[in-house]
Amino acid sequence: MASPRVLILRAPGSNCDKETEFAFQKAGVSTQSIHIIELRKNPMALRDFQILVIPGGFTYGDDVAAGKILANQLASFLGQELRSFRDREKLILGICNGFQVLLKAGLILQPDEEGPLATLAHNTSGRFEARWVNLSVTPGKCPFLKNMDRLLVPVAHGEGRFVTRTPWIQDGLEKSGQVVLRFINEKGELDGFPCNPNGSQGNVAGLCDPSGRVLGLMPHPERHLLPTQHPRWTREGLKPHGEGFALFQNAVEYFK
Amino acid sequence: MIWEIEIKARGIDLEKGRVNRDFHLFRPGQGAIDPVTSSTRGFLIEGNINQDEAKKLSDQLLTDPVVETGRVSASGSAIQENGAPCLGTVLLNPGVMDPAALSILAAAKDLGIPLDAVRSFRRYFGPPCSQEDKTLLFRKVLANEAIEMVVEGPVREDHLSRGKPYTFHKLEVKLLELADNDLNQLSRDMTLSLNLEEMRTIQGHYQKLGRNPADVELETIAQTWSEHCSHKTLKGRIDFQGKQYGNLLKETIFEATRSLRQSMGKDDWCVSVFEDNAGVIRFDERHHLCFKVETHNRPSAIEPYAGANTGIGGVIRDPLGTGLGAKPVCNTDVFCFAPLDTPPESLPEGILHPVKIMTGVVSGVRDYGNRIGIPTINGAVSFHERYLGNPLVFCGTAGLIPVDKAFKKPLAGDLIVVVGGRTGRDGIHGATFSSAELHTESEKISGGAVQIGNAIEEKKVVDAILKARDEGLYNAITDCGAGGFSSAVGEMGEHLGARVDLDKAPLKYDGLSYTEIWISESQERMILAVTEEKWARLHEVCAGEGAEAAVLGVFEKTGRLQLFFQGNQVANLDLEFLHNGRPNQIRSASWSPPAEASASPILPLQEDLGETLRKLLAAPNIRSKEWIIRQYDHEVQGGSVIKPLVGVKDDGPSDASVVNPCLDSFKGFAVGCGLLPDYGDLDPYAMAACSIDEAVRNVVAVGGNPERLAILDNFCWGNTDRPEVLGSLVLAAEACKEFALAYRTPFISGKDSLKNEFHSSGKNIVIPPTLLISAMALVEDIRECVTMDLKQAGNRLFLLGRPQKHLGGSQYSRLHGMKGSRVPRPDPKEAIAIHRSLHQAIRLGLVRSCHDVSEGGIAVTLAEMAFSGELGADITGLIQAGEMPDPVLFFGESPACYVLEVESDKSSQLTGKLAGLPLWEIGEVRREKRLRLAGVNGEWKIWAQLDQLKKAWQEPLLK
Repeated sequence: MASPRVLILRAPGSNCDKETEFAFQKAGVSTQSIHIIELRKNPMALRDFQILVIPGGFTYGDDVAAGKILANQLASFLGQELRSFRDREKLILGICNGFQVLLKAGLILQPDEEGPLATLAHNTSGRFEARWVNLSVTPGKCPFLKNMDRLLVPVAHGEGRFVTRTPWIQDGLEKSGQVVLRFINEKGELDGFPCNPNGSQGNVAGLCDPSGRVLGLMPHPERHLLPTQHPRWTREGLKPHGEGFALFQNAVEYFK
Repeated sequence: MIWEIEIKARGIDLEKGRVNRDFHLFRPGQGAIDPVTSSTRGFLIEGNINQDEAKKLSDQLLTDPVVETGRVSASGSAIQENGAPCLGTVLLNPGVMDPAALSILAAAKDLGIPLDAVRSFRRYFGPPCSQEDKTLLFRKVLANEAIEMVVEGPVREDHLSRGKPYTFHKLEVKLLELADNDLNQLSRDMTLSLNLEEMRTIQGHYQKLGRNPADVELETIAQTWSEHCSHKTLKGRIDFQGKQYGNLLKETIFEATRSLRQSMGKDDWCVSVFEDNAGVIRFDERHHLCFKVETHNRPSAIEPYAGANTGIGGVIRDPLGTGLGAKPVCNTDVFCFAPLDTPPESLPEGILHPVKIMTGVVSGVRDYGNRIGIPTINGAVSFHERYLGNPLVFCGTAGLIPVDKAFKKPLAGDLIVVVGGRTGRDGIHGATFSSAELHTESEKISGGAVQIGNAIEEKKVVDAILKARDEGLYNAITDCGAGGFSSAVGEMGEHLGARVDLDKAPLKYDGLSYTEIWISESQERMILAVTEEKWARLHEVCAGEGAEAAVLGVFEKTGRLQLFFQGNQVANLDLEFLHNGRPNQIRSASWSPPAEASASPILPLQEDLGETLRKLLAAPNIRSKEWIIRQYDHEVQGGSVIKPLVGVKDDGPSDASVVNPCLDSFKGFAVGCGLLPDYGDLDPYAMAACSIDEAVRNVVAVGGNPERLAILDNFCWGNTDRPEVLGSLVLAAEACKEFALAYRTPFISGKDSLKNEFHSSGKNIVIPPTLLISAMALVEDIRECVTMDLKQAGNRLFLLGRPQKHLGGSQYSRLHGMKGSRVPRPDPKEAIAIHRSLHQAIRLGLVRSCHDVSEGGIAVTLAEMAFSGELGADITGLIQAGEMPDPVLFFGESPACYVLEVESDKSSQLTGKLAGLPLWEIGEVRREKRLRLAGVNGEWKIWAQLDQLKKAWQEPLLK
């Protein structure tokens, strides 16, 4: 297959859909933006696509909890289609609110009989926090992050603190290589606030499912595609691309 | 059946921390005792459901089991938490919109559990406390009376507010026979905010018609004639010490723009100014750019969170309602508060503490801007004692509009369509309320004037409108702001006429009268004029985004505004009288400069200037605003090129922000502002001139083009019925005209807010004259932009601009409590040459960093550049720039001044480029992390380590 088709799934309150579309277009593929109202009417439409992206935003105002209402809709009305999408070697990406949605819909970590294994809770600071962060990347099986090592990208969220129900769940995720993105300081070490802007357990910034093909992350790679988006480009000079661009290129390359 | 689902967080109880902090703010000295030991939140849900279904809702929707526990109980049961009794449950007042409720109703339906009603609550637990503490908790800490209530004990059924059906009966106001006293009384009783002459004019009009007005007619006239909607003071007649103005705005600010546009001829880059909801200028071949800045002062004084929330929500609808609709691309926010260390016991009755106001306002802007996905990229905060009763909240939005969508025209026969939120009882009388002064009781009686925003509702509207715009589905659009349907339909139909069936408006709940529907200021609504054939498609587009749309009536060429309810005519107004019938009064204005404005300042005899620099950096007006900026998403949409925080650690103060609104192009625009309230009392003319210069400097410093630079005005003044208050406004407006002309920077939009005074027990607090100038300048190529942080040791430092010997209104004067001294004024000819030449130098790549000289003077400018770039500087050449005492040279706030960093081998090119301008090489960038400034006698007068300067500057805003 030469060129994958990308579906950007919108819902009331999605607000990073345009720059996410731009990211894929810059990587050379076309995108289509579909509203959840429409997709619920026709779940089979999913089959026309190879990459599904849930962009950042505040779906349904994050009323109840961030991403929860859209997550419930995905689980209730699209669960079957989504699972078969994933199982057909396709890719699913959730950025920020999209990560919250994927996690709460159980698409990254399958809930067990006691319920969900993990969640994204209010930041330790109790505040929304917008800042640029350094990430260490351990790609493992995750095609989105192939050959990547470090990443400078912004975060902007109030509910991004990764918490597992019990410590053994966190240990298991570390062992299985699902913790693919971690907040680090400039020296490359795990560190506390502000390097870990939300207080995530184990400095988790992004997580993939056991197959590696479903990735959720709190930071915004689609906000660092262009060299002029770098926070210090006037000091360090303009680079060929922003650091987040590789993630989208990788997603497209995966199908080549 | 009503169920209560109560949710408790495991681990940190953030809400408990917040309320205890607020409590101690009002009870300093009782530090140790926290009245609240825990808090919960939850929902009252009503519907024909059993406990299992309620439990399912709790488990699958409302509670996050990893971090929370949920408890389901029948409403009305006793409440207790770990032995601590419940202090109270906080619910929204009846009629106040609960944004979460709508989402939950829909989400519950998705789970197969249909509900009739949902209401959110917060609940607090703690040991029994004194009556006095309880009153404080209930009235000031746990809830805000303007929108919320505290219920002690179990929550009852009637706390789930739902309206009762409304039975129509038409109300007439007996006006014809009233004497003057009674007319005044009527104006007050109905919150019409009309004066006697206006009331008499209305009476005369109805006497001619031989009938009394319907209540809704009188309300419509009051809305249309309000200061808020008609700007009758600034557009009215003024006698300024013998000089006559027929229309102050038209003869000063509009005149400057008119004259500039005329002189530009076919190169005129203004597209639409002062006629639409926002000013529009050219951007590139595909798009125009529009910008509007609004004030939302009164609501923010009473309910800071909701006031600021709807302030930003309202101004976003301005670009959306400009032309045929602009896409909002960035927001700005500027606040004026009383000092945060104001002793709580000194607060007059009815005033909220500035800490409470600031935290509420900041989170209000945050929650709306972030949720709707518009980056907040520029702002300012100013502190002054006289903002105690009237804090100021300015919110701005810029938008991008396709070149062929810049104009609108409703046609006769077009349907009047409302898109967006439903109409409720919130925000009744906002326009007339905001035209009056605040007083002790405002907090209680004007609750109806305060609304809560719902950012996601507005996001749906934006998405639907932009799609409909591109499909060409409507002929005109405007937003419902102050005055609600009354203003929106009245203005759009001004040259046609309109017939509206008020019972067609979608309502939040039953019980609204026809008048309430007509004047309600419920948020998130737009009015469109739609050709009948296109209605079906418009409805479909809106439904696709989950936005509601309904036909209210039709525009007809009758010249009349006709309102109906269930087929009964309730208003029949002559539009000519409505829009042009207001009597034009002459207001007198005068000004005599205070003696201190020309006095010579007496400088402190002994002063450690390094210590002064540290104190200035820590002064609230100068100190870092990072605490606020970090709460705003300034990166969403991906267009942020120069960010509000810059430098090695991303924490230095940028002069302005640059936005790249089309990611496939290198074109951008810079946004900045100027605000100098400390100058206003001494010299309002100089204040306006310096504010314009500051706004221009800020955008030029990052790479904005001063020849494609548009400005906006926001006048916030005291009660202009007093001649001396109006006089200072006239002078400021004259300065605006002169400097806009001199700088060739047209005003494109503006908004004023007058009568910012607070009365309480014989005291009258009047705000300082406050003029916010917002600037927007095009950036031809964003890759040429510069930031303010020092870049490289060995580079040369230059001062561009001429220091003046005046300290009037400066932060240095404020620090030392010094009265007197003149306020500096820019020399317009030299200033424009400086701004323009600097821009050329930046475009040629000659400037490595650039920071303007503003509050705190050159020393503060240098300190900020140094610690942001983590590089030191030795300044030995300042004395060439002017003979004056060291403190005046270091800390004076002269307009049209910049500090530039230039690579050594480009120095001669720069001096060549800026030849003929006041330019001095003043020093060098050093690797050593310290700042040294030599004084007149050649000795180091300031010798400071950068980490100490930065520590002072980063002193937290909130302790």
